[in-house]
Parts: sequence; C-alpha cells; structure tokens
Amino acid sequence: FIPKMQCRQLLRCISRSPATSSSSCFGVARRQIHQPGGFDTSFGFEEVEPGQKQDRVNQVFNRVSNSYDVMNDLMSAGLHRCWKRRFVASANPRPGWRVVDVAGGTGDIALGLLEWSRKLPGRAPPPVRVAPGDGSVDSFREAAERQTAAAEAEAPAGCTVSVVDPSPSMMQVGSAKASAKGSTFASSIQWLEGRAESLPLDEASSDLYTIAFGMRNCTDLPGVLREAHRVLKPYGRFACLEFCSVENPLLSILYDEYSFRVIPPMGLLVAGDWDSYEYLVESIRRFPHQTLFANMMREAGFSAVNYEVLWPGVCCIHSGYKLPSVK
Amino acid sequence: MTSSNASSQEPGDTLAIDDDFDPDLLPLGDIRRYPNHRPLDCGQRAFLAVGSGVACLAAPWRDDMISAFGETTGEWALRRLRDDMLANEEGRRILAERPRIRTVEGGGSIDLEALRRLPEGSLGRAYADFLDRYGYSPDHRRTVCFVDDPELAYVMQRYREIHDLNHVLLGQGTDFLGEVVVKWFEAFQTGLPMCVTGAFLGSLRLRPKQTRRYLQEGGYLAYALRTGSDADLTINYYFERNWHQPLAEVRQQLRIEEPPNLK
Repeated sequence: FIPKMQCRQLLRCISRSPATSSSSCFGVARRQIHQPGGFDTSFGFEEVEPGQKQDRVNQVFNRVSNSYDVMNDLMSAGLHRCWKRRFVASANPRPGWRVVDVAGGTGDIALGLLEWSRKLPGRAPPPVRVAPGDGSVDSFREAAERQTAAAEAEAPAGCTVSVVDPSPSMMQVGSAKASAKGSTFASSIQWLEGRAESLPLDEASSDLYTIAFGMRNCTDLPGVLREAHRVLKPYGRFACLEFCSVENPLLSILYDEYSFRVIPPMGLLVAGDWDSYEYLVESIRRFPHQTLFANMMREAGFSAVNYEVLWPGVCCIHSGYKLPSVK
Repeated sequence: MTSSNASSQEPGDTLAIDDDFDPDLLPLGDIRRYPNHRPLDCGQRAFLAVGSGVACLAAPWRDDMISAFGETTGEWALRRLRDDMLANEEGRRILAERPRIRTVEGGGSIDLEALRRLPEGSLGRAYADFLDRYGYSPDHRRTVCFVDDPELAYVMQRYREIHDLNHVLLGQGTDFLGEVVVKWFEAFQTGLPMCVTGAFLGSLRLRPKQTRRYLQEGGYLAYALRTGSDADLTINYYFERNWHQPLAEVRQQLRIEEPPNLK
C-alpha cells in the first residue's frame, strides 16, 4: 500500500530527467539539485539574489537567537561542545594575542578561547596579601576576595577577542553569557556588528582568525577568505570549523535522514520555527566539499592549508597560515 | 455586511485551501497540496504529535503547539466530521464553497464595522462585541499546515475559525472556565483528540471557585455535556449568511440551550 501522495512523487522521480534527483522517494521529498560548479548563492535550496540572502540569513538568526544554544545541544546531543573544545585546542590562542571570532554571536568560541589562553603559562597570579582587619575569619575572607577581584580586574591574563556578527540579538545572548561568567571575561571581549566580507578591523591586526559554523551562512566565500587574509598579521593563523561532506556512506544516510526529518520538527517544538532550521540543514548540504574549500583557501593566499575531520565525521576544522608577502 | 457570495477565493489568494492549487506547477519533488502545506511522514507525525502534546502541557501559552497537536492527531476525527458535513445540506454547501472567516483586510469577507452596526441581540453584533471585548481578530487564527488532504485541511480550518463563534453561541467568555466549557462542547461535536484532552486536562486546572460552579447541580459541566450531545453541528451552520439573525433564534435552531447564569 503506497499512499496517493507518494505515488505521485514516485512517478515524478521516474519521468523526469536524470539531471535532477530527489532522495528518499518514500519519505518527505527534498529538492536536491546538483550544481556542477560547486557553491553559488542559495538560501538553503531556494535560489535567491545575493543581496537578499544576507537579509534572509539575518532574519533567521534574529528569530532563533533565544533558543540557539538549547537547540544546538539537542540537535547534536551535546557533541557540538566537544567539537568546539577541540577547535579551541587546535586554534591554541596564546596570552596576549588579539583574536577575531567571526559569526561568533552567542560567544561559545570567544569564551572558550579566553578560558584556554588563561590557563597557559605567561602570567602568574599575584599573591594574596593579608589586609589589616579585626582578625576574624570573615574579614580575612572578605579581604582576600576583594584582593583577587582587584588583581583580576587590573589586566587579566589571556588573549582579547573581537567578536564580529551581523546579528545583534545573537550578540546580546553572547554578552549576557560573558557577563554571567565574570566581569573579566566580559571586559576581554569586544562585540562588533559587521559582516565577514567587510570586517570592521584594521589590516594585519589579528594573530588568530576563527569562525565556527558560520562560513556556510556567508554570501561570498572568496571575499570572506580574502578579508580574513587581510586582517591577519604575518604568520597569523586562520581556523574554520564547519560541517563537511560525509565520506562514510552509512553515516551519510543516517545523517541525511536525521537532518531533514528530525531537525525541522524539533525546531518547531523548541524554537517555534520550522523554516529556520530547515534552512540551516539545507545550507550545510550546499557548502563546498572540504578539499574544494581548502583550494579556495589556497587561492586566497593561505599557506600550509590543512583540514582535520572530527568524530563522527560530519564536521571538520580547516586551518591555514598567512605568510608575509615576499617583496 | 457580507454579501450572499461568501466565498473568499480570489485568484492568487494565498489563504485558499482548494484543489485548484496545481501541484504539477511546483518544483520537482515538492508534494504540497495546498499553500502552507507541510507534508509529514509517519515518523515526523508521531514525533510532532507527542512533542506538541508535551509542549501544550508544559507551555500552554504556545498556540502553535496547540495547533500542531490538533492537526497531527485529528485525521480520523476530521474524516468523520467531513462525512457528517456531507450528510447535511448546508454542510455540503460549506464544503463546496469553502468560506473563510477572515476580515476584508485579511483576505476574507467579514466586515467588522458592518457587524458592529447590526441590531443588538443579533448574531453578528454579538460576535463583533465578543471580538472587541477581548481584542481578538478573526485573522489571528493560524493556517492549517500538517493535514495532508486539502478537504480535511479545510474542515480543520473551519473548525478553528468557528471556535470564537462557539464561544458566542454558548455565551462563554475566554476565562479558563469558559474555555473548558467550549472545549467539552467541541469534543462532543468534533471528536478531535485535542478537544477531548484539552477539556479534561483543562478542567483539572480550574481554581476552587470555578470548580464549584463547574461541578454543581445545573452547573457548567452538566450544561456543556448536555448541550454538546444534543446540539446540531455548528460547523454545518453558514454563519456568513446569517449575521442578521437574532442570537436566540440561532440557538433555538441549533438546539443549544441558553447558558446557565451562575455569577
């Protein structure tokens, strides 16, 4: 017994040309149109003008900002935390570095980078001096707390992060998280509104450029890479964490079914928004293959370009260095 | 005042749920049967049914979850309701013409100003007063998206749009007690799981004074159960052609009792 709707769809599968295909005939149809050129401007599977895409993407993120972190945890069953921790470890920001984190709205990466850099040697914490008091335990404890807070407030160890994001509501969520962690965290992060294609930063001003799960939302990938090359200092590092094409065929099937069938209804239940999460999973499919993206990085001027696929194989970290230009 | 032509289907009307919507004009693989249709497969439907049920209890202010719960669980009840409509002459006319209860600005045929000018005691005037008292608009109702058959989708949409009119006919406000009474009435009339669970679980959350009025002899629960089982289907009543009718006569025609006055 095949219901009428699926019959009509099956007939369409058979009668159309092989240039287009739809996967999962007996499930919900997805418009998967294979473009030989690779990446071009698309809002998920809907074709839109490049100018429009940025607005649509902004709308998506303004709508989902409140439940973004909760949904990330649910969708990846908490795996995204492991991926981000691995990303921060591989980016390895040293104390004193200036880092630019693009599309880092809710601040996961920025806070991770700060925590990592503070744990590295480079600045010893000042000793707690016993202040004159009435000798009671409480006054000693209070004095100690006041001194550590003052010492930390002077000039905290670690790097400084400039977060650039086109969505103010995402950054509001992020700055609330930073303030909740502590005033020293909040003071080390600068929140700038802007797009990856035109960063509000000076040339050669950053030691490290990071972008985590934001590259697929950008309209002009070569432009983003050129801009990253511009703001990095010589010997500066570029690091990009993004979903990639899944090589393992079994995982690929499971991943597709999960992405297209489970995530949009979950988005409706948790965030009240089916369309935004459908856009997010479709935008993953339209991102270029990891080797193709590595070539794009080389074309933009990065050297020693490498990518590392993280377990279970759905995302990878691309990295590259900016060498000083030979005059 | 609505004219005798109550249909709101202009060409290009994005609110239309009709089978003139040609799926073959959609891009490949798109199996939507009406605008705003979101086809679900079995697993997604089960997932959404359970998830939205939980969300309705945990977050009752989320009307999109209430709508989703009703749509994903209502297939069988909608089919039975559609068959009841087909058995009734006026119901058949409604299924054929598919009128929508929306304001003129929202693409429908309801002129609220004209309804407000109707004589006191008429159906249309009572409806306009109800909307004004609570600040509602008929355009606030969500469009059905998870029902696959377009005709059943229309039945669900019609049920949703006459909910406020059921409030008017039963003389109930939108406080918790009034909603429970209307939900019992609708549970009997439509058999939708959303109405049954909503009525039952909602009645568990009434405040003590409300519970007393609800459970007493001749109270609201008795009224709701009696009226629900005796009355004719309100979904078969062509409201758009009868705004001028006195409310008392409409109630008599539909065999709805006057509501008890227990204030």
